[in-house]
Amino acid sequence: MREIKCDACHHINREGTELCESCGKPLVEKQQAEGKETKKLLNMRYDGSSRRSMTYNKSVVDRVWNFFSSVKVGVTLIVITLIASAVGTILPQQMYIPQNVQPEVHYKDQYGLIGQIYYQLGLHELYSSWWYMILIALIGISIIIASIDRVVPLYRALKNQKPTRHTTFIQRQRLHSKTDDVTDADKHTFISNLKRMRYKVTEDNGHVLAEKGRFSRWGPYVNHVGLIIFLLGALLRFVPFMYIDDFVWVREGETVVVPDTNGEYFIENKDFIIETYGDSEEDTRFKEALENQSGPIAKNFQTNAVIYRNVETVVGAEPQLEKFKEDSILVNHALKFDGFALYQTSYQLNEFKSMSFIIHETNDADETELASFKVDLTNPAEEYQLDNGFRVMIDQYFPDYYIDDGEPRSQTKNPKNPAFVFLVYPPDSSEPEVSFAGIGRNVDASGENQYKVGLQDFEVRDVTGLTVRKDYTLPILGLGGIIFMIGVIQGMYWQHRRVWIHPKNNGLWLAAHTNKNWFGIKKDIEKAIMKTNINMVVDQEQEEQELQKQQEQNK
Amino acid sequence: MSKVEEAKKQKRNKKKKRLLFRSIILLALLAALIFALISNFNNDEASLGVGDQAPPFQLKQLNGDAETLNLADLEGKGIMLNFWATYCKPCEDEMPYMQSLYPKYKDDIEIVAVSVDATQLVIDRFVDNYNLTFPILHDNKEQVMDLYNVGPLPTTYFINPDGEIVEVVSGPLTLERLDGYLQQILPE
Amino acid sequence: MGDLITLSGNFLYLAFILYLIATFFFAGTIRDKKTEGTSTFSSKVAISLTILGFISQTGYFITRWMASGHAPVSNLFEFTTFFGMMLVFSFIIIYFIYRLNILGLFALPIALLIIAYASMFPKEISPLVPSLKSHWLYIHVTTVSLGEAILAVSFAAGLIYLIKEIDQTVRSKRTTWLEIVIYSILATLGFIIISTTFNALNYNATFEFPFEGDISSVDYQLPPLAGPNEGTLLTTERMNPLFEVPSWMQGVNAARKFNTLLWSLITGLGLYIIARAVLRKRIAAAIQPLLKKTKSDLLDEVSYRAVAIGFPVFTLGGLIFAMIWAQEAWNRYWGWDPKEVWALITWFFYAAFLHLRLSRGWHGERSAWLAVIGFAIIMFNLIAVNLIIAGLHSYA
Repeated sequence: MREIKCDACHHINREGTELCESCGKPLVEKQQAEGKETKKLLNMRYDGSSRRSMTYNKSVVDRVWNFFSSVKVGVTLIVITLIASAVGTILPQQMYIPQNVQPEVHYKDQYGLIGQIYYQLGLHELYSSWWYMILIALIGISIIIASIDRVVPLYRALKNQKPTRHTTFIQRQRLHSKTDDVTDADKHTFISNLKRMRYKVTEDNGHVLAEKGRFSRWGPYVNHVGLIIFLLGALLRFVPFMYIDDFVWVREGETVVVPDTNGEYFIENKDFIIETYGDSEEDTRFKEALENQSGPIAKNFQTNAVIYRNVETVVGAEPQLEKFKEDSILVNHALKFDGFALYQTSYQLNEFKSMSFIIHETNDADETELASFKVDLTNPAEEYQLDNGFRVMIDQYFPDYYIDDGEPRSQTKNPKNPAFVFLVYPPDSSEPEVSFAGIGRNVDASGENQYKVGLQDFEVRDVTGLTVRKDYTLPILGLGGIIFMIGVIQGMYWQHRRVWIHPKNNGLWLAAHTNKNWFGIKKDIEKAIMKTNINMVVDQEQEEQELQKQQEQNK
Repeated sequence: MSKVEEAKKQKRNKKKKRLLFRSIILLALLAALIFALISNFNNDEASLGVGDQAPPFQLKQLNGDAETLNLADLEGKGIMLNFWATYCKPCEDEMPYMQSLYPKYKDDIEIVAVSVDATQLVIDRFVDNYNLTFPILHDNKEQVMDLYNVGPLPTTYFINPDGEIVEVVSGPLTLERLDGYLQQILPE
Repeated sequence: MGDLITLSGNFLYLAFILYLIATFFFAGTIRDKKTEGTSTFSSKVAISLTILGFISQTGYFITRWMASGHAPVSNLFEFTTFFGMMLVFSFIIIYFIYRLNILGLFALPIALLIIAYASMFPKEISPLVPSLKSHWLYIHVTTVSLGEAILAVSFAAGLIYLIKEIDQTVRSKRTTWLEIVIYSILATLGFIIISTTFNALNYNATFEFPFEGDISSVDYQLPPLAGPNEGTLLTTERMNPLFEVPSWMQGVNAARKFNTLLWSLITGLGLYIIARAVLRKRIAAAIQPLLKKTKSDLLDEVSYRAVAIGFPVFTLGGLIFAMIWAQEAWNRYWGWDPKEVWALITWFFYAAFLHLRLSRGWHGERSAWLAVIGFAIIMFNLIAVNLIIAGLHSYA
C-alpha cells in the first residue's frame, strides 16, 4: 500500500486519502467539490478520507464489490425498480381480476392487444416475477455493501478531528472569512456564544473547532441498517414456520378446528352479524350520501367467536375443548391468540340449517298436516318415527343438489341447495312410497303416491369466512421500520455543523462547514459574532456563481 | 525480520483478510438471493411430502366392527391413506379399484379411506352402495385433512410399514397404478 | 347537525377567501424595496392572513368531524381539501424558517387550486365502510398528506428556482418543459372554471350505452365532446358528441372522465394562449423579472430542505402507518394495490433524489427539476390513480 505523507504536518495518510486526515491540507491536485462549477472549494465528503472500495480494484471479488458500492449503481437500480413498479399498475395485476375467469382470456377480452401483450410478457404477475425480486435484492445488496464501504472512512474522518487545520483547508471551505484584528475578548465572546448554541468546542494552541450534531452523520447508516432488517424480515416469510396463511369457513353454532394449529385450537361461531347504514338514528347524517348510492353501504361485519383449546392430544379423536378466549372479530379488529390472528374476510348469508316437512294426502287441496318432521341438515337421522303411525327414512341426501348427466348429485358438502329422497312408510304399511323433496321441488317418482312430503319451513344460518394468519416476521419488519425512521430523522432533522477558528497574526480566519442546511449554519455564525468585530463568513460558492453570471452577462 | 519485510507481510495479511471478508459477505448475499428465488417458485403450502413420517391420528370408523381407528395401531403394516368425499366424482371412480384390490393385500396393507363429508348419512349410503369393506373414517371437523394439508380431492398417501410416506398422489388412480403403489409399501 | 355542516362549509369558504387575499399581499412584497427575508408591512399582513385562513380551515375540519362522527379525510373531497390545508401548514412552517415571501406567492395559489379542485367532487358527508373504520384512518391519512404537502412546498420552491434560473433569451428544451409545467397548472384551473360554469348552468346530458353485457347510463355535466362507446344521447336539445371513446376504455364512467379531461386541457390551452397573447412572451419569461430579488441558492436550499423534512414524514405516513393499517384491516401489510405501488414509487423517487443530491452533487437546476417531477408523481397518485386505476383506495 502506498502511503501519502502530508508535507505540511508530516502525518502519514492511507492511499486514496484526498485531504490530510490530520490538518486537512489537500493531498491531490484536483481536489474539488463534485458537481459544482467552482474550483475553489474542497470536496468535503468523508472529509477526504480514503474510501476503501476505490483503492483496490484487482480481483473479481473486488470488482463486484466496487460495482455494488457505487451510488450511481444504487440510484440506477432504484430508478429501474421505480419504472418497473409503475408498469405493473398499467393494468390490474392478476390478484385483482375476477377469480372465476381465465387470466389469459380476461386480459385479451378486456384490454385487447395491449392486454394480450401484457399477459404474454408476464406483467400480470410482475411483483412476484423473478426479475422484480432480483431487482429488490440487488438494491438490498447495494445498500449493504455501500454502507459497509462508507462507514469506515466516515468513522476515520470523524475520529480524526483536530482543531488545527492547514490554511489551505480553511481558505477553501465554502463559508470563510478573514478578520485582521480580533481582541481576545471578542474571540472569547464568539466561542462562548457557540458554546451556548450547544457547539462542542475543542481548543488547541489557539486553534478552535466548534462542532455540533455529529451523530446526524450516522443517520444514513442507521436507516440503511433498518432497511436491511426490513428486507430480511420480508425474506424470512419464505421460511415455512414463520408465516402461515390459511382460511376457514365457520357456520353459526358450529365449532371447527383452526387450520394449521395441528388440531390444538378450535373456533366456535356464536353469531355472525352484518349491518348496513340507514338503520339507526345517527345514520341520518349520511342521508344524502346514502341516497346517491344505488345499493346499501355496509356498516359492520362481525363474528362473535370463542376459541377453544383441545387438551386431547391424539388428532382426530373426539376433542376435549377448554374455553381459551372469547371475542368478536371485526374488520380492523382481529382475534389474536398464541401467535395466530383471525381476520374477518368473508361471509355467506342464509345457508340452510334445518328443514321441516309435513306429510299430507296428495289430493288434499288444503294440504292438511298428517304428520311432520324436522331434518337437521348437519346431522340428518336415518329414520323418523312420526305421529299417526307414519315412518320416514332418508334414502338419499344431497346437500348441494344438482343434476349431472341425469343423475342427482351433490356439488359440495355444504347445504346450499338441500334435496332428499324420502321413503315414506304410511301407517301399518311396510311398502314405502318414494318421494323427492327439495327447495322448490317436489317430485313423485312413481306418480301413484298417496301421500306427499311438502316443505313447510326451514332455518338458515350465516357462515363467516375467516383468514387465519401467523406471521412471526412482523416484529422483525416493525424493528426494521423503527430503525429506519430513527436513522432517517437523525440524518435529516439534524446537521453536522463545524466551525474552525484559525488564529492568524493578530486576527483570525474563520471557516465553516455543514453537511446540509447552510442557511442554518450561517444564522448560527451570525448570532455568535454579534457584538464582536469578527467578519461574517462569505458564501464562496454563491460568490463564485454570481461572478460567473456577471461575466456571462458582460459577454 | 526486517521492518520492510514485516510491513510487507502485514500488507499481505490485510489484503487476504479483505478478500476473505468481501467474499464472505458477497457469498452470504448471493445465498440469500438464491434462497428468495427458489422459495418464490416453490410457493406451495408446506404439505407433507415423500420421506416425511406420517403424523398419527385417530378417527371415528363408520363401517366394520371397530368404533375408532388409530393410525398408530397399524404399525408394521403398509398403509394406503385416501382422502375423499361423496360429492367428489374422481374419488367415486377409484373406489371400486380400491375395493377390488383390498382382499388381496388385506393382511399386509390396510386401506384407510378418510371422508371429509359433513354428514354421516351420505357416507353410510355411499358405503352401502359400493359395498366397501376397508375402514371408512369420518373427519367431520377436517382435523386430519388439515394435519396432512390436503388440497384437492382425492389425495392418497402411501405409507410404508415404518410409517414413512413413500408416495403422494393427487388425483384419481387407475387400477394398475394403484397396484403398483401398493407393491411399494408391502412389508419386507 | 345540518347547522354544523353549514358552519363547516362557511369556515372553508372563509379560509379560501383569506388565502386568496394573502396571495395578493405576498404579491405585494415583490415591490418592497427591501431584500428577501426581511419583514415588511405587506409580508406581515400576508402571513397573518395565511395563518387566519389556516385557523379557519382548521375550524372547517373540526366542525365537519363533529358533524360526521369521523375525521373528514374519507372521500376525495375531504382528502383533497385536507391536503390543501396541510400544504398551507407546511408553507407556514417553512416560512418561519426562511421568511421567503416569494414562496407564498407560489405555494398559496397551488393550495387554492387544490382546494378548489376538491370542491368539484361530491361534498356530502359519507359513511365509513367497515375497512375504513379504524383510528389508523386519521393517523395514516393525516401523516401521509402532511408528508406530501411538505414535498409540495419543495415543488413550489423548485418551480420558482426554474423560472428564475432558466435562460429565457433563447428557446430551449428547458423553456419548453417549464411552459408545459405551467400549462398543466393552467389546465387544473381550466377544469375548475369549466366545471363551475356548467354546474351553474345546470348542464346535464344523459347517455345510454352497452357496458359488460348490460345497458348502463351516464350523466355528463359537461357538453359531450367524447361520448361513450356506442352510446345514445337521451337528453334533448344537447349537442351530439364529436366522437366516441374507443372501446378499450374501462369503467362505467371512463367516457365521462375522458370528456372532462379533454375539456380541462382545452380550457387550459385557451387560458394559456390568452396569457401568451397578453404577455407577448413565454409565461415563465414574464414572471422571471419579478424574481430578481430572490436568491437562487436560498430557493435551492428551501426546495431541498422541504424534501429533507417531508421525506421522513411521508415514509412514516405513506409506508409505515399504511402497512400497519393494511395488516390490521386486510391482514396483509402489503398487497401491491396501485395506490400502494405509487406510494412506493414516490418513496423510491425521493430516495433517489436524496442520493443524487447528497452523493452525486445534483444541486440547483437538476435538483429543482427533480422536485417538479416528484410533485407530478404525488399528484398522479393523488388524482390519477383514484380516477383511472381504481383499487382498494378508490373513494370516488
